[in-house]
Amino acid sequence: MQEYPSPPADAETLGPRERASPLQVALLASVFIVAACGLAYELIAGALASYLLGDSVTQFSTIIGTYLFAMGIGSWLAKYIGRDLVGRFVQIEIAVGLLGGFAATGLFLAFAGNFGPFRVLLYGIVLLIGILVGLEIPLVMRILKREVEFRELVSRVLSFDYLGALAVSLLFPLVLAPHLGLVRTGLLFGLANTLIALWALRLFRDQLRRRRGLHLAAWSGIAVLCAGLAGAGHVTTLAEGWLYADDVIHAENSPYQRIVVTRWRDDIRLFLNQNLQFSSRDEYRYHEALVHPGMTMGPAPKHVLVLGGGDGLAVREILKYPQVESVTLVDLDPAMTRLFSAAPLLRKLNGDALAHPKVRVINADAARWLEDGEQSFDFVIVDFPDPSNHAIGKLYSTGFYRLLDKRLRPQARFVVQATSPYYARESFWTVVATLEASGFQTAPYHALVPSFGEWGYILAARALPPLPERIEVPTHFITPETLPDLFRFPADMARVPAEPNRMNEQTLVRTFEREWRHVQR
Amino acid sequence: MLRRQFLATAAGSLAMPLIACSRKTESGVPPGMLHDSGLELGHRLRDRRPFPPATEERRIDTLIVGAGIGGLSAGWWLQRKGYADFRIVELADRPGGNARYVDRSENPVSAHPLGAHYLPLPTREARYVRELLADLDALAGDPQAARPVYDERRLCHAPQERLYRDGFWQEGLLPQFGLPRAERAEITRFLEAMEAFRTARDAEGRRAFALPADLSSPDPRWRNLDRISMADWLRDEGFRSPALHWYVDYACRDDFGTTLADTSAWAGIHYFACRNGEAANAASDSVLTAPEGNGWIVRALAERLAAQLATGSTVIDVRPGRPHEVQVWLAAEARTVRYRCRHLVWAAPLFLLPHLASDLPAPLVAATRAASYAPWLVANLTLAEPPHGGAGAPLAWDNVPYGSTGLGYVVATHQNLRLADGPTVLTWYHALAHQPPAAARQTLLGTSRERWAASILGELGRLHRNLPAATRRIDVFRHGHAMIRPTPGALWHGPRQAALTALPPGFHLAHADASGLSLFEEANYRGVMAAERILRT
Repeated sequence: MQEYPSPPADAETLGPRERASPLQVALLASVFIVAACGLAYELIAGALASYLLGDSVTQFSTIIGTYLFAMGIGSWLAKYIGRDLVGRFVQIEIAVGLLGGFAATGLFLAFAGNFGPFRVLLYGIVLLIGILVGLEIPLVMRILKREVEFRELVSRVLSFDYLGALAVSLLFPLVLAPHLGLVRTGLLFGLANTLIALWALRLFRDQLRRRRGLHLAAWSGIAVLCAGLAGAGHVTTLAEGWLYADDVIHAENSPYQRIVVTRWRDDIRLFLNQNLQFSSRDEYRYHEALVHPGMTMGPAPKHVLVLGGGDGLAVREILKYPQVESVTLVDLDPAMTRLFSAAPLLRKLNGDALAHPKVRVINADAARWLEDGEQSFDFVIVDFPDPSNHAIGKLYSTGFYRLLDKRLRPQARFVVQATSPYYARESFWTVVATLEASGFQTAPYHALVPSFGEWGYILAARALPPLPERIEVPTHFITPETLPDLFRFPADMARVPAEPNRMNEQTLVRTFEREWRHVQR
Repeated sequence: MLRRQFLATAAGSLAMPLIACSRKTESGVPPGMLHDSGLELGHRLRDRRPFPPATEERRIDTLIVGAGIGGLSAGWWLQRKGYADFRIVELADRPGGNARYVDRSENPVSAHPLGAHYLPLPTREARYVRELLADLDALAGDPQAARPVYDERRLCHAPQERLYRDGFWQEGLLPQFGLPRAERAEITRFLEAMEAFRTARDAEGRRAFALPADLSSPDPRWRNLDRISMADWLRDEGFRSPALHWYVDYACRDDFGTTLADTSAWAGIHYFACRNGEAANAASDSVLTAPEGNGWIVRALAERLAAQLATGSTVIDVRPGRPHEVQVWLAAEARTVRYRCRHLVWAAPLFLLPHLASDLPAPLVAATRAASYAPWLVANLTLAEPPHGGAGAPLAWDNVPYGSTGLGYVVATHQNLRLADGPTVLTWYHALAHQPPAAARQTLLGTSRERWAASILGELGRLHRNLPAATRRIDVFRHGHAMIRPTPGALWHGPRQAALTALPPGFHLAHADASGLSLFEEANYRGVMAAERILRT
């Protein structure tokens, strides 16, 4: 019992008239723990909701609101508990311990596994825990009422209630959440609640009937929570497994990103930081659309540069053209290019493109490499991640395209992957406006890649040649006859007015964030 | 396609337990250097400790003393006009003055400033700043156009500024969130008043508050604002909002090194009202910057003036006359040379003059004695990774904690085009404005680097939990006399103006101190004006 902080100098504060009995001390200590646990569940739910759903102010406000409301219900319900206060208290502690303890685990898995409406589940659990926590303090007060005068009782119980809350409000952001994670923190507080149940059973061993059942429940609760703690590490793996639905055949953390490759039958998928990069079933659509229009318009490119695209799939398409003399691939992450040069399954997918003698792989930050180098190119493929933050947003700016311009040979052109003109219409046309403001002619186009949706590309050059009439290399998707269709935009993707994206303003990052927020659930 | 990026955060950093920082910092603070702006030499001069007699005599038409922005601007303008018979001598081991910097060869992580870190879009009146920027390819087209096009690499990239207040980073430096309606209304009223001052002109069409300040209207209805402090003016106008007071106080400390109570109301208003620069490709509150702060301008000018520029060359004695006689101590050669020159351009701080020169006109001596200077501390923190944490707006170029005695920090790598989160350098600024200058200098010199470092880590560690462990170096730079203080009366009602008209023949002032405001535009203006006077003779 010494592990719990006993209230400091309690004997003095109580005054000489009534020294606190060991029972009172124990109950007040349990108020402290109970209050601490109560606040912890609220914070865990709030933190989890903001990490999973974003918009932390909203999530915290609604979670705290729901929780306080539920505690109100709990307090009101407390009056219907007539007899066997201690027994009920023990039951409630075990229930709170299990429910609160596993809330984070359950919610996390539910989100990853996509079981039903997540918000309903979230607020349902918050409501239930809130009701149970709301029952706790009134019950403790009624148990203590037999021992202490009412005025003393209220002030003392509330003091410990608030003290417990203070302790957790400090511990949670500074120690628990960063060092233990939400899943473990939840389980730990669940354990504290069930230990209180066990303690209450010991303190009131004389007054309780049905002790055996309660003991059994409390010990089972502790066992389950301990098992949860032991297996907390697996929860992430499990959630990831469900999130990807398929078998994870490769997973690694590079200094830059988490790389996950999954496989289900013949479908291989690459995820970077959980974002799907390709599905082997339809990646040919993405990469043929990315490469062939630019490769075949105008004079045949001899020296090609690929920025991003460490999977080598764009390089595979480029190497179909025999007149290509060199392909330079610049990708930030050596782990990516290593993986796609080594794993047999992935090498088969990119035709071992990264090992081809014409191909030079460079692991560098693309802009820095452009700033520092000299070599110039006939065709450049700019295949960066979507502009979801300010660092990437700069790679879609007038300043970046002017930098790229210095590496273009006469008659050179380049193509930019420019997110989805359907989901992020204004973002797409912002990139077009940016290229135009940088002094380029543009030819925006789009292709349907089933695993992505409608995807957008922009060809750009100081002077754009006309579209090719023939495509000499074997393709599955692009044909000369259907190519012009890709350059026509239906009404729901048609051009919208947009300001160019400049590094000093970065309008694109805001636009992109706004548009994708609507797509995400 | 559903992109659940937020889940990446949850899976990566929360559900999995984070390993506590395994690497402990040693008992003390991270290593680093304590630099200053020629402190030892300065004190040797002040105390009139002897230097060896001159061993060589050199004749030159113009000698420029000081390679800060004033001296470099004078040299730039002379060179531009085809005049080559001049030399620039600089006490420090590198040019730049308040715009000096450290480059990549000294700190491989990033170049960074040791002083000024930005230049606002030049005003319409700052013609020579515009010419200079055009000359350095940072401004395209007609330099005097209403809205020129600036080089995007030099314009501060978004996000430019953020303010930490009540546990939350908000965009911009003007407090906005969580303010009562009355405070918000006051801030709006203040900004409207500043806008009125910005557009105010006198009967002759001169702006009430122009930059360079010399071009402002002499009308007493504005000039008399110099007689009271900015704090008095705010009180007289009924501005009581604590957030507004903080903001204006921050601005005064940032630009002048003085608090509200020590800043002339004319200067305080000038800060907000003088800027009328616009750009075709940027908002009017944009600034020009580089990893090395204003050092990019220093570098470009020093390269052009390499043949004329001598660092490590300290002026130890000045005798105005025809010709002027100036003795210069060459630290590397440990000997003194005597220059005889027709023109002497004093582009060093004014307070040094009486220590070095004899036979100065009385008004000039009075002006140098009246000048007071704010000391500054600039610390550069080299970090293994960028600072993390804090709800709200993401890491910006300038990051300011509300209510701090410091001025916040600037991220040197902000202008880089990099995908990877790499190491960086933060430049932390602190004007020692809360003590009288002499006492503040005592504090500045009497505090060890370790204590400064510990206090900076303490403050920044509260903002960014990863920062103390990520900090590899803390280099502290002390400017004993960083900025001339525009205290009430100093600009328009002291001996400054009389001194400017009573200079010996062939003696020119080309330091921002001549304007009473330590601003790039003033230094540049004074430098070009001195060069123009030389070219006219």
